[in-house]
Amino acid sequence: MIIEIDDISKVYEVGTQEVHALRGVSMKVEDNEYLAIMGPSGSGKSTLMNVLGCLDTPSSGSYRFVNELVSEMNDDQLAEIRNREIGFVFQTFNLLPRATALHNVELPMIYNGTPSTKRKSLAKEALEKVGLSDRMDHRPSELSGGQRQRVAIARSLVNNPKIILADEPTGNLDTKTGEEIMEIFEELHDQGNTIILVTHEEYIAEHTNRIVRLRDGRIERDEATD
Amino acid sequence: MNKFFIDIWESLKIALQALRTNKLRSFLTTLGIIIGITTVIGILSIIRGLNDSFYTSISALGSDNLYIQKFAWFSRDDWLEARNRKNITMKEVDAIQKQATLVKAVAPVVGARRTVKYKSEQLKNVSITGSTEYYMVTGNVVPEYGRPLSEQDVEHRRAVCVIGWEVADKLFKKVSPLGRRIKLGSFKFRVVGVLEKRGSLFGNNLDSEVIIPFGVFQKLYGSRRWMTIEVKVKDQERIEEAKDELVGILRRVRKVAPGEDNDFAINQQDMIADMYKRLTTALYAVAFGVGSIALLVGGIGVMNILLVSITERTREIGIRKAIGAKNKNILWQFLIESIVISSLGGLLGIVFGLLIAKLISSASFLSASVSWPIIFIGIVFIAIVGLFFGIYPAYKAAKLNPIDALHYE
Repeated sequence: MIIEIDDISKVYEVGTQEVHALRGVSMKVEDNEYLAIMGPSGSGKSTLMNVLGCLDTPSSGSYRFVNELVSEMNDDQLAEIRNREIGFVFQTFNLLPRATALHNVELPMIYNGTPSTKRKSLAKEALEKVGLSDRMDHRPSELSGGQRQRVAIARSLVNNPKIILADEPTGNLDTKTGEEIMEIFEELHDQGNTIILVTHEEYIAEHTNRIVRLRDGRIERDEATD
Repeated sequence: MNKFFIDIWESLKIALQALRTNKLRSFLTTLGIIIGITTVIGILSIIRGLNDSFYTSISALGSDNLYIQKFAWFSRDDWLEARNRKNITMKEVDAIQKQATLVKAVAPVVGARRTVKYKSEQLKNVSITGSTEYYMVTGNVVPEYGRPLSEQDVEHRRAVCVIGWEVADKLFKKVSPLGRRIKLGSFKFRVVGVLEKRGSLFGNNLDSEVIIPFGVFQKLYGSRRWMTIEVKVKDQERIEEAKDELVGILRRVRKVAPGEDNDFAINQQDMIADMYKRLTTALYAVAFGVGSIALLVGGIGVMNILLVSITERTREIGIRKAIGAKNKNILWQFLIESIVISSLGGLLGIVFGLLIAKLISSASFLSASVSWPIIFIGIVFIAIVGLFFGIYPAYKAAKLNPIDALHYE
């Protein structure tokens, strides 16, 4: 078991109003699953993604990540989990604009004290995996959208995380490039990685083996795809 | 390598990268600090230079010398009252010579500034001193060659002179001055001795001097000039006793009634040193004041630009946090950026300060001298300024919520 959340709620205070983003969500994610979280905007899928990604803590309920109780952790412990166990891929890539592709991929290792030489070789390896060995010294502005997303994927892989969390990874890409990115995820899944996609597009979700549908902060349906 | 040092090293690289990206902005930010440090280092170097030359030149006065005059140096006495005091005359000199027991030598000294000529050469603004053979003792003036003024020269009012090193150098380019006659106005004086080089005292060139017998000076330039009696005591340890003795003698000779204030002053080298200390203390205070204000302004500038920089890089902070940067990593990143900006400003300030000190010392009689400990302290101080003004922005950055930061547009 990698992820086990039990009756999770998240309440935001917006001015004087309380917004219930999640109202008692429970789910489990096993090793080497490939699943999609779907739902219209306002359904709470971003909040769920933030909680799963340890960027945010739930207001109530428990979250176990490989048997560690994440819901009780402080900022530094969460940062450590994010660093070691979770690889993020974002819709807007979120690369450092002034850093080269290589340096962007090195970044997660800077925060766990990996020595510089080892960092470089691991980062090169990860970039080779996503087919960018000839673009290592390029900055994000010198790369196409698809290439940028590959750099982001390389970055998410480089610390050998337990899960990869991808938030609308194809949202800023054209269909063809999007398909290429999805192929990479499929390969990663075949190699044994656990991947959670957040998307609102059916055809993207169709690539996965399981779709969790959210509506109004609750799980509406949770089913395997064929 | 220790993980802490990896953190610091990486933060340093990030900071330098950020500075390179915003070169002009970084430079403008550091300007306040540059100006502050330039001022402080400049002033301190000049004070140190002044100290060096001051203590060398004040030693020319001799710590075992007393100077009897109508005025006390640096006194706040009523100037008009002092002006109306009786002049000091040879009567006092004679009395001291006869009665004082703790005194090695006494010399009356009068002075004027005149042009000195030899054939077609002339030297302006030379200090003409009229005194006795004892001036050689009290004034620490030693002929490099030739002879000093003698008792006979003084007694018979001979037209002879002993000249300073520079007078000899400027007037007599090729020939030896000994035995030649120099002209003071229309009077001719035979040179009998040339003094060794003495340097300057408070910008006053001691080598541009002509010493003539006291009586001759009075005949030439009048006898109503203010006179200084220079006294050299036998034992420096007993200088206070010697002063008391002199006061007694002078009060008797000048008929000061008991209970009345002295109508003369006994000055000594210490008084100049005290005055000088007060002056430099004031200068230190100015340097400190200007420096503190500039550093405060500079520090606020650094803080301001850091806040701007953090706002601009909110998203970057979000990315770094998402992939595992802890609060302290972000804190260090911006603290080090602040320290780096301040230190660069400080280093530039030190360089400019030293250049300015050098410039001033080469363009004026002031000399400058570099103090490495002060520079070291300066660098540490600047780093502390950077740390201090960096804390708030860095803390603000460290506390950013990663989700909000990631979605910041």
